[in-house]
Amino acid sequence: MLLCISKYFQMKEKDIYAELSSIRNLMERSAKFISLSGLSGVMAGVYALAGSAIGYKIVYGNSKSLAYREHYVNDAYITWKLIAVALAVLVLSIGTGVYLTIRKARKNKQEFWNPGSKRLLVSMAFPLVTGGLFILALLSRGFVEIVAPASLIFYGLSLVAGSHYTYKDVKWLGIMEIALGLIAALQPGYGLVFWTIGFGVLHIVYGSIMHFKYDR
Amino acid sequence: MKNPLIHFDKAFENRIRLQIMSVLVANEHYDFNSLKELLEVTDGNLASHLKALEKEEYITVNKTFVGRKPNTQYLASEIGRNAFKRHLQALENLIKQQKL
Repeated sequence: MLLCISKYFQMKEKDIYAELSSIRNLMERSAKFISLSGLSGVMAGVYALAGSAIGYKIVYGNSKSLAYREHYVNDAYITWKLIAVALAVLVLSIGTGVYLTIRKARKNKQEFWNPGSKRLLVSMAFPLVTGGLFILALLSRGFVEIVAPASLIFYGLSLVAGSHYTYKDVKWLGIMEIALGLIAALQPGYGLVFWTIGFGVLHIVYGSIMHFKYDR
Repeated sequence: MKNPLIHFDKAFENRIRLQIMSVLVANEHYDFNSLKELLEVTDGNLASHLKALEKEEYITVNKTFVGRKPNTQYLASEIGRNAFKRHLQALENLIKQQKL
């Protein structure tokens, strides 16, 4: 015991600060997953913009006239086409995100599949899966206009839930997605516009911020 | 003046033990392999420090199997959490005293 005390008396203030900050760093690093790639956010945004453009063509056709807007998507065939495009965007975004994140984790010498990433995925999965099933249920009953607001809202909720286990900034993206989804709910017929802003523009802006803040 | 070292914990004298404890306080539970990777220590080294903390009853061990692979989870006990807090407080007090 005496030996231990004398050892600590020799510790300089600087050493103790270093010790405390290394403890804090370790507590952060162990509980959070900090290898999320900002670039994958940008790519997801790009895919979403491309998907929106395709979706726009599917709904409005190639006609250059904007005079007659088709606000309702009633044709089942068109609905399925839109769902296919949305799924393609989703798969591409997740694929790119996983690839870039694994790459970044390797660079950070962090395991991709660690307690932090597990908790991040589980906490995001609950709102996301619930939202997905909810949207499918309402879609099957013909409430097509629910898709844009509900997907934005549930995606935002899952980001807020997941933000505890990764960068705090993710929470703000989530809050913005939720707000956008609520506004979209009040503006039926402009779903695609809000969807494009939420999944396209916001992702690109946010991904760029993250890239320059953490990836460099 | 109060002796700032009265709460210095001998169990945390070792750096790795203090690091293990900080991870377990920040997380509900942590498994052996993730701990090993995070702290960049060898199996034997980590195991011996975990054993020491277990002996102090600062941590509890939860052995399960995932398929056939053993999956050992470690949790900070209430005693361990309090000891950790006291130890950090002691470090802080030491800084304060050196400033006087």
